[in-house]
Order: sequence, then C-alpha cells, then structure tokens
Amino acid sequence: MANLNLLQAINQALDIAMAADEKVLCFGEDVGGFGGVFRATSHLQEKYGKARCFNTPLVEQGIIGFANGLAAQGSTPVAEIQFADYIFPAFDQIVNESAKFRYRSGNLFNVGGLTIRAPYGGGIAGGLYHSQSPEAYFAHTPGLKIVVPRNPHQAKGLLLAAIRDPNPVLFFEPKRLYRASTGEVPESDYQLPLGEAEVIKEGSDITLLAWGAQVEVMEQAAELAEKEGISCEIIDLRSILPWDAETVATSVLKTGRLVISHEAPLTGGFAGEIAATIQERCFLYLESPISRVTGMDTPFPLTLEKEYLPDRLKVFEAIKASMAY
Amino acid sequence: MTTTTSSLVHSPTFLKGDEFSIDTFALLKQDGSLFEGATAPELDREKALRIYHTMVFTRVLDERMLAAQRQGRLSFYMQCTGEEAAVIGSAAALDDEDMIMAQYREQGALAYRGFSCDEFMNQMFGNERDYGKGRQMPIHYGSAKLHYMTISSPLATQIPQATGYAYGQKLAGDGHCTITYFGEGAASEGDFHAALNMATVHKVPVIFFCRNNGYAISTPAVEQFAADGVAPRAFGYKMRVIRVDGNDVLAVYQATLEARRLAVEHNQPVLIEAMTYRLAAHSSSDDPSGYRSKKEEEAWREKDPILRMRRWLESREWWSDEEEKALQERLRREVLETMKVAQKRPAPPLESLITDVYDTPTPQLNEQLKALEAHIRRYPEAYPKSSSRVSPTSSSAVTGQGGH
Repeated sequence: MANLNLLQAINQALDIAMAADEKVLCFGEDVGGFGGVFRATSHLQEKYGKARCFNTPLVEQGIIGFANGLAAQGSTPVAEIQFADYIFPAFDQIVNESAKFRYRSGNLFNVGGLTIRAPYGGGIAGGLYHSQSPEAYFAHTPGLKIVVPRNPHQAKGLLLAAIRDPNPVLFFEPKRLYRASTGEVPESDYQLPLGEAEVIKEGSDITLLAWGAQVEVMEQAAELAEKEGISCEIIDLRSILPWDAETVATSVLKTGRLVISHEAPLTGGFAGEIAATIQERCFLYLESPISRVTGMDTPFPLTLEKEYLPDRLKVFEAIKASMAY
Repeated sequence: MTTTTSSLVHSPTFLKGDEFSIDTFALLKQDGSLFEGATAPELDREKALRIYHTMVFTRVLDERMLAAQRQGRLSFYMQCTGEEAAVIGSAAALDDEDMIMAQYREQGALAYRGFSCDEFMNQMFGNERDYGKGRQMPIHYGSAKLHYMTISSPLATQIPQATGYAYGQKLAGDGHCTITYFGEGAASEGDFHAALNMATVHKVPVIFFCRNNGYAISTPAVEQFAADGVAPRAFGYKMRVIRVDGNDVLAVYQATLEARRLAVEHNQPVLIEAMTYRLAAHSSSDDPSGYRSKKEEEAWREKDPILRMRRWLESREWWSDEEEKALQERLRREVLETMKVAQKRPAPPLESLITDVYDTPTPQLNEQLKALEAHIRRYPEAYPKSSSRVSPTSSSAVTGQGGH
C-alpha cells in the first residue's frame, strides 16, 4: 500500500490497464508528452509509445467520434475531455452514438471498450466554465454508465472496472480532490463494482447520500449531527447510471429519512430522480420529506462559489430540519 | 512549433480562395466509349458484371420499395438512384474486409458485399430477422459479417468514427482500411472537419468519400458552400484529394483503387469527391418538385450511370439486350417475392425492448419489462404484436413500478 493522491491513483490505474492490455489507448488534449493539464496521464507516453498515448487536436466531438470508431474496431480507448464543462461539443457523439451503438445494431457492433474521463465539479475557483457537474444530462441516456469516485482508493478500483466494463463509461473525476484527497491505495490490480453504492458509515436516524467530492461534505455534516446525537448512515452512490436503488431504499427503510446532495443545480438534478424512486419504494416508511441540498439554479459563480456550493452547514441544517419535521 | 515552411513577403498579399479549381477525373463517355487518351482500369468480366448486377439490383430495389412506401407497406425509404456508380464503383475497389461506414444512401455498397434481398427486406420491415431487431427506421442496415457498420441517423457522426476505426486497423496491422461515405451537406458538419484533421495528424488509413449529389434535402450545393465543392478542403489538412466524375463507374473504381493503395501502403487518408446527382428525392418524405426543375433532372437523367456502364459492357460484348431483360425480370420478381415474405414475418420479441441497451439488462430494465408484460396480459388486444408471446403463466406479481 502506498499513500497516493487521487491523480496518482488514476495514473496508476491507467498504467496498469495499459500494461495489462495493449488494446488500451489514452488520448485527448495535452494528454501525450505533457501528461494532461492535471498530469493524470504522466509518463504513459514514455512507457507505451506515441501510438497508444497521444495528443489530439482541440476538438471534443472529434475525440469522442474517433474513440467511438476505435472502440467499435475492438480497441479500448480511454479518452480524456480536459474539463467536464467542455464535454458538450461531444454531446451528440456520446448521447446519439456511444450510448446507442449496441442497441441500434442489434448487438452487431458495440463501443463497450470506451471510457471517457473528465474532471468535474467546483471548489477550485474555476468560475462557471471550469466547475460544472454535468452528470444529470447523461443520466437521461440509456446505454451509458456514469461513475464518480470519492477518493484515491475508489478512483483506482472504479477506473479499472470502467475501462474493462463492456459498456461505454463516463468517469467524472472530482478535480477539487485531485491533490487534496490522499489515502492508502493498494499497488495491485483491483476493481470495484460499477452500479453498486457503498454504505460507508452505518447509522440509524437518517440516510445521507452523495457522490464524488460531495461525499466528504456529507461526512463533515454527519460529524456535526452526531454531536447533537443524530445517528447518520452515509452512502456513496458511486455510479449514477445505472444507480443502486436497492442499497439506498434498504437504508431509507431503516432510517426513514433521506438527504441527497450534489453540486449541480437543483432543477432536473439527479437527486430528483433518486427522490422520486425512493418515495415510490419507501413511502410508508418515510418520517419526513426527502430533502435535496444542491447547487442553485444558476450557472456556477466564481467569487461566491462558497456560498453557492452545498457545504457541511447546509447539509447539517437539512439533517436537523428532517429530524424536526 | 509550427508546421509551415513559410517565406516572408513585405507587402500585404492576400491569396484568393477562388483562384483555382480542381479538375475532374473521367474515363467513360455517356455512349460507353472511353475519352481520348483514357485507359480503362483492369477490370475482368466477372467483376465488371458483379458491379453492373449490383447497380441494376439497387435501381430495381429503389423503384419497388418506393412504390411499396407509396402503397403504405413501408414507413420510409431512401433511394440511391443516380448515384449507383459512385457508391458501387468505389465499394468494388475495396477489399471485402475493409470497413464501410456509410451515411444512409449506400445500399449499393452493401449489396455489392453480398447482403441478400431478404436481408434488406427484413431490416426494412423491422421483423424478427432484422439484425437491428426492429429498432431503427427502414434503410438503417448493418452487417458485421460483411464489415458494414450499422447506419446511424445523425448526420456525419460516422466520419470521425471512421478515422478512429481506421486508426485501430493501423495499430492492428491487418492491412485493411476504412471508407466512409457522406453527402456534400454532411461535409458542413463539424464532425467532417474533426475527422479529416485527426486523420492527417495521426496518419490514418481512411478514405473519405463525398457523394456530391447536388442537394442536401432541398438545399442546393450553392447554398451549402461558396467554394469549389468539397475537395479543396483537403488542402487545408494537407490531404491527398481527387475529384471524380461520380457517374463514371470506371473512373470511380480506379480512383478508389488508388486511394485504397495510398491509405493501406502509406497510412495516408484520402478524400474523394464524386460529382454526381441525386436523381430521386432525398427520401420518400421529400418532394423535389418544390425546389428544382424537371429540366435539370432530365439533363442529369441523360448522364445515367447505369446506362453508361451498360453501353461500355456492350461495347466489350460482355452484355446483351437479352441478358438485360432477363436480369431485370429476375430482380423484380425476387424483390416482390422476398418483400411479401418479409412483411409477414413476426415482429421482434418483446424482450428486445430491453436487450442491448447494456451488455446485460439492468435490474431497472428487468422490472420495467415485467411491468410491461403484466400490462399486456391485462390488455392483450391492444398489443397484437406482442400479446401472443407474453406467457400467461409467468409472474404477475408486478402490479406497477415500485408498487408495494
């Protein structure tokens, strides 16, 4: 076990995947010799050559179109979109092509080898174009898998699983945690399951649900709540699509309360989908309305991002309101 | 780092984008004779007739299926009429295992590879034998066996995919390339530019084949671009390019043969612009009389690519009136008979609604299917395509999604 930050864990996962299978390729803007603007792909070109790790022109629709074709050919492309905010030029290739390749061809062709990595989220003074959390747009598209890791250990195991999953996967990396989150990461080649949530702390009074960078916020809020005698169960959803309704419902049947948090705006956010499903499955067990603590229905701000973001105090207030309902 | 080798000049000199035009490669005259100085490509009788049969089949298929659409038997159709030489002549120049990533009007390329009349029909009627399992509109064919990527409706998305596919072929070192077809309208999409740029930067064995057929639905080429067609764009990417008479099957064949050689031997992308004309409507939902003249169409009808090839075949004594008549009759009968059979085949099974979304259905998808089956059991008469296949004995515990 080594103590790694989240970027190092991702780099290690890519290194392992490329060493294990020569069909794995990494590419994107600045991904080659420079190792990506965040250095997630450092040294991969030196080790595996320019044919398997390379810079692309600045053209997101081209990167994903190219990746779709490469995956259809039988390769395992790991395409990087430099910031999740810039994934939208590739929206058509992802939503109309990657997601539907297998379905529309009756499984004659598929792009299951495809993984798209993109740094997402706020808290880095990135303003409105370097802070977005676009997972909900893609969650409306059957055929994709969407995964968000919360720490280095999770990032390595989930990314290796994403690369080897026989479906196209969007892998959103919480860039605020790239260097801020460190932890013990096994050096071995290991995978964590996609589509499964993880109960990271058991509790009896209320369920707190989040993914990615927001999980840490939930943990901080839970600490505040515990001091007031409230027992919190914390779940990391890990996969947005498909999502693990079973684990969340089981928890809510036990606690009777649910707070969901994400950085993306409230309206149409993925918390809405979770709330609807959980009220269907747990209606008679709920002690209070399901609560959402999210970003506002505005673009992401620069100077006032601390105000904008859901933080431990906002979650703490939601917990108290739920308990007092 | 710059890739230009530019000299300095000391007065403001603007180059004019309209100063040059690209020549058109042509071998065959409309009367079936070769232009002076032109040499026919090496094409033996067997291959020439395979090309010709495919052209005639495609024309017959188009005529019959458009009629079927007008009779309400088919929801939609798109004709290749007028563009047979461009599509089939190029497909014939490829190795049968090269990948074809078409736009939607290239049924001739697929037919050339051996897709049967029955296979065409099954797709168009979306029946249980459709490889696409009845999920896409008619004409969205695909065949893994014949290395023909399933058609996708969104325009031009296949072009950067072809670059990626061919890059994988290059790494695999299997000596194959990819050809991607598109119209001059699709060449306006960003995907086109992304694809050409990435292909030259990464030295990819891909052939970009533009069918410049004059119209993007109703928008004429002059409203699509101000330039001398699509071909000059290749210069901006430092790509090999040729413009060819798209109604001249010999020229198309030879140009594509050479493009393939450049692609495979030198890992070099090539752009081919075939100048042709969409004699038919864009699709069965379109009416060209609203935007172009009969006179214009007639002028192009006189350049019919099939007739041109037939005359060439006849000049070599490889083809006769009797053979033509027999072929036409045989193909018409085949199309009608297979259509009747395909139309009666059952729809794909209900489970095909949820398969192939992922490699295996998710729990949510299975729940949704169970709920749907329960509903169909309750109202079988409302769902005649599926009710007979929903087992009356299987679980009826699901009373609605998420019920308790």
